[in-house]
Amino acid sequence: MNAVMAELWPYLLLVLVGFLPNEIWRVLGLVLARGLNEDSEIVVWSRAVATAILAGVIAKLILFSTGALATIPLPVRVAAAVCGFLAYLAMRRSVFAGVAVGETALLLGGFLFAH
Amino acid sequence: MPAPNTFTSSAAAFFGGVKSALTSVFFLVLMGTYIGIGALAHDFGLASWWLALSSMLVWAAPAQVILISALGAGASLFEVALAVTLSAIRLFPMVVALLPLLRGKGTRLRDLLLPTHFTSVSMWVESLRLLPAMPQEWRIAFCNGLSVGYMGTAVVFGFAGYYLAAGLPPLFAGTLLFLTPMSFLISTARNAHMMVDRLALVLGLALGPVLTAMQVQLDLMWTGVVGGTLAYVIHRVREAAA
Repeated sequence: MNAVMAELWPYLLLVLVGFLPNEIWRVLGLVLARGLNEDSEIVVWSRAVATAILAGVIAKLILFSTGALATIPLPVRVAAAVCGFLAYLAMRRSVFAGVAVGETALLLGGFLFAH
Repeated sequence: MPAPNTFTSSAAAFFGGVKSALTSVFFLVLMGTYIGIGALAHDFGLASWWLALSSMLVWAAPAQVILISALGAGASLFEVALAVTLSAIRLFPMVVALLPLLRGKGTRLRDLLLPTHFTSVSMWVESLRLLPAMPQEWRIAFCNGLSVGYMGTAVVFGFAGYYLAAGLPPLFAGTLLFLTPMSFLISTARNAHMMVDRLALVLGLALGPVLTAMQVQLDLMWTGVVGGTLAYVIHRVREAAA
């Protein structure tokens, strides 16, 4: 029984802390699908909160990396992210160019400086 | 590609949607994003089928990244749920804006359940672009096909990233892991059309690591609430001054 629980536990977590807290907003949209526009103040605020959370996660993934990414030194990771972002700005806001340059910079830096 | 708006059956409209998904720019975006998320799930010790199921059930890349990294780092379940739900509020106005395009005279509530669940940035942008030119009767089937195309892409490349990360030497696995923060950083910046969104991005980038380093409880929630609210207040003050 315990072995079964241990197997199923991650899936239960997926539903409880992943699926339900995410899906509730879609269902609310279905139920209350009237009279809210993109520019209403509550929408602007909630988008700012969501953006800040995601930005926090992005910064943590780069600065406090785990696993294989942690074998590439911190200055290389930060420099690669900066290079990618600058390339995105320089190349007419191309997401593809930014990601490609950032990845290449990480690979080169990792190749030269990995421990 | 000609506007895919002339269909003879629901099935044709559905497959028209699938085809539209696989030939759109979002196919490449999802490919890169989910290879990265697959590598992330492997790194945090989750199963590949767990990832596939999360792509189908959660179906929101930011929420999945938050879920995987927070669960994998051992955050409290309350904090994980809170961060996921705060990241998902944006789905609410998206559904609100999408459904009027799908709803016709004879549309039943249950016909709208799938499109509601499928609502995410990729499908939403393409639906709002393509549906208005299409007769109402084919829109739901087309929209479902479009979403199944995108979701299938996410699931397949999630597996690809997962097993690539498992088999590659550390430097290359690290490069795959870097795909998630790099692509999210740039696509979030690209989606930040208003000053308030750019401020929120910068504040979140700064606050997230600081609160983590200070070992603040519920650091993700505070990053969002403090960073987002601060950005909003600055935006309001600037608007009032202008």
